[in-house]
Amino acid sequence: MDEALWGALLASTLRMATPLILCALAGLLAERSGVIDLGLEGKMLFAAFAAGAAGAVYGSTAVAVALAIGVATGLSWLHGLACVSYRGDQVVSGVATNIIAAGLTVVLGMAWFAQGGQTPAVSAAVRISPLMPDLADWVQGIAIIGPVLGPGLLGHDALVYLAFAMVPAVWWLLFRTRFGLRLRAVGENPQMVDAAGVSVTGLRYAALTMNGILCGLAGSYLVLAQSASFSQNMTAGRGFMALAAMIFGRWHPVKALWACLLFGFLDSVAIRLQGVSIAGLGEVPVQLIQALPYVLTVVLLAGFIGSAVAPQALGRPYGKES
Amino acid sequence: MSPAHGLPRWADLLLLPVVCLAVALAAAGTVVALVGQDPLEVMLVLVSGALGSPRGISYTLYYATTFIFTGLAVSVAFHGGLFNIGGEGQAILGGLGTGLAALWLSPSLPAWLMLPIMLVAGALFGMAWAAIPAYLQAYRGSHVVITTIMFNFIASSLLVYLLVHQLRPAGTMAVESRAFAESARLPSMRDALGWLGLDWPTSPLNLSLLLALLACWLVYLFLWRTRAGYHLRVVGASPAAARYAGIGPQRQVMLAMAISGALAGLVGMNEIAGVSGRLLLEFVSGAGFTGIAVALMGRNHPLGIVFASVLFGALFQGGAEVAFEVRGFSRNMVVMLQGFIVLFSGAMVYVIAPALAWLLARLAAMGRRRHAAPAAGAEHG
Repeated sequence: MDEALWGALLASTLRMATPLILCALAGLLAERSGVIDLGLEGKMLFAAFAAGAAGAVYGSTAVAVALAIGVATGLSWLHGLACVSYRGDQVVSGVATNIIAAGLTVVLGMAWFAQGGQTPAVSAAVRISPLMPDLADWVQGIAIIGPVLGPGLLGHDALVYLAFAMVPAVWWLLFRTRFGLRLRAVGENPQMVDAAGVSVTGLRYAALTMNGILCGLAGSYLVLAQSASFSQNMTAGRGFMALAAMIFGRWHPVKALWACLLFGFLDSVAIRLQGVSIAGLGEVPVQLIQALPYVLTVVLLAGFIGSAVAPQALGRPYGKES
Repeated sequence: MSPAHGLPRWADLLLLPVVCLAVALAAAGTVVALVGQDPLEVMLVLVSGALGSPRGISYTLYYATTFIFTGLAVSVAFHGGLFNIGGEGQAILGGLGTGLAALWLSPSLPAWLMLPIMLVAGALFGMAWAAIPAYLQAYRGSHVVITTIMFNFIASSLLVYLLVHQLRPAGTMAVESRAFAESARLPSMRDALGWLGLDWPTSPLNLSLLLALLACWLVYLFLWRTRAGYHLRVVGASPAAARYAGIGPQRQVMLAMAISGALAGLVGMNEIAGVSGRLLLEFVSGAGFTGIAVALMGRNHPLGIVFASVLFGALFQGGAEVAFEVRGFSRNMVVMLQGFIVLFSGAMVYVIAPALAWLLARLAAMGRRRHAAPAAGAEHG
């Protein structure tokens, strides 16, 4: 029985961590290129809406994911237009993205589907189902480790594994390719990159494009894998938690992964402990566990556990004359 | 936050916000048209719902009161060169301070003593909640934008925890505290005007509107008429210049955020002391973010903030009426418009301002030519 519990906890940790990982990597790419991205939440929310609406209307997973990615990338480019091309305030632009997404998704949802801002549930065929259910079932039969490994590690859908695969991929891109070197350089010292004859604007747009794709995947995951339909404000702060994980992971993909897993684990524990009483302690204050990711991030930022150093040029718009 | 765009001063202060608002309204109108509604009809319902009756005006001003507090909070931080996204959390903590003071003392204290205590408690709680990110920014180098976001989430968890586990009376389902005693109720505008013999419709509007206007005046005096306010603005405009002038930026960061947090903390006076009479969960519900839009629209000036707050109050009140009268319409339309306003008057202002400057220059040139043409004609004739 204990193994089954651990298996379920592991499974839900990975499920909770998946959108966090995708969004944290998205934020990481943008911020490594020197663009603050507070709009992760809004982009994920809008992508989730796009996936839900397209999935319900067109009945195709591919169309749903493609539209989600398209919408999120469009929002990323809008951010780029305001802040990279026109040197507007990056924080303000991110805040605007979030507010617009929170309002517009409900407006469109109500107008198109008339279900109080929800989208109709997508059919089972459109949903993204576990990748290898047979293998998971077979492994579950193995004694002791089976119940943990089977449902915990092997029972997931393709997006979960994709999210985990993106971590080494992003690491490789950033630290082992010429493009990655330039991307990091543009976040530290754009003048130098410009002097070397590489377009600062082009690099930042490239980062924002990848950022949009990853946010689109995160939004798709919420609707097509976690729940079957879009509902109002369904991201519920996950974009900000991903931002916290990115900072907690000190702008490094692998460290950010650990932060996402930790936050995902806290989330699953909080859900499990809802209303549970522990002998001697009384009811567990779930809110405390839910606030822990943010508290930990602030403590890290305060320099009490190691230090978090952001890219040097983060938040500074770049123009040749300045 | 307002560098020169090549615009004359009057255009920068008056025309630019109006143009940005118009662009945002056009964007929202496009969405309204796209979903098959008539933007003009929606606008008419909205305006008449917000301003067409004393009751509508009363609700508009009630919403505006909260937005004045959060808008002022954002703008004082802006003047100090800081972006305080934590208005939401500071307002939650402020309301908590106001509410705890009322729960604790209202059975035993008279109103004339109770209400000022609640006011001070709200301001102090909001101030304390802003002071931690301020300290971390000033002395530990962590960015105030990120820490205030984190503090918003921590604040809302804290409020949920206190209400669910500590303040909720045993045996009740609703997540709210017990009601305060009568002495902790801020008189409504209807009652207050009634004492003067004036008739005013029943609405949540209460005396905190006067408090908000007083706060505007005090913020104006502080920023533009005191040495401390001047120092704060210098740090905001140019930290390097401030250092040369011997103004320590760290203390100014603390000061700007403390005032900012205190102002946001006063939201509780309007929502808790003025309306609900008890502590509940959703009394801030996004007002901290609306404050960002208000500060941007109002160009960070107290007078501008009053106008912008009334505008947003009207949008919220009118939006509620529209949701009631037009089928398939939701109040989220107003949230969306608010997002467009932040986008166009905040982030995209560098797109709009140069275009506007170009347009003005063209108009001026045309005006000169037209002016010159008859004069030239007169000479010949």
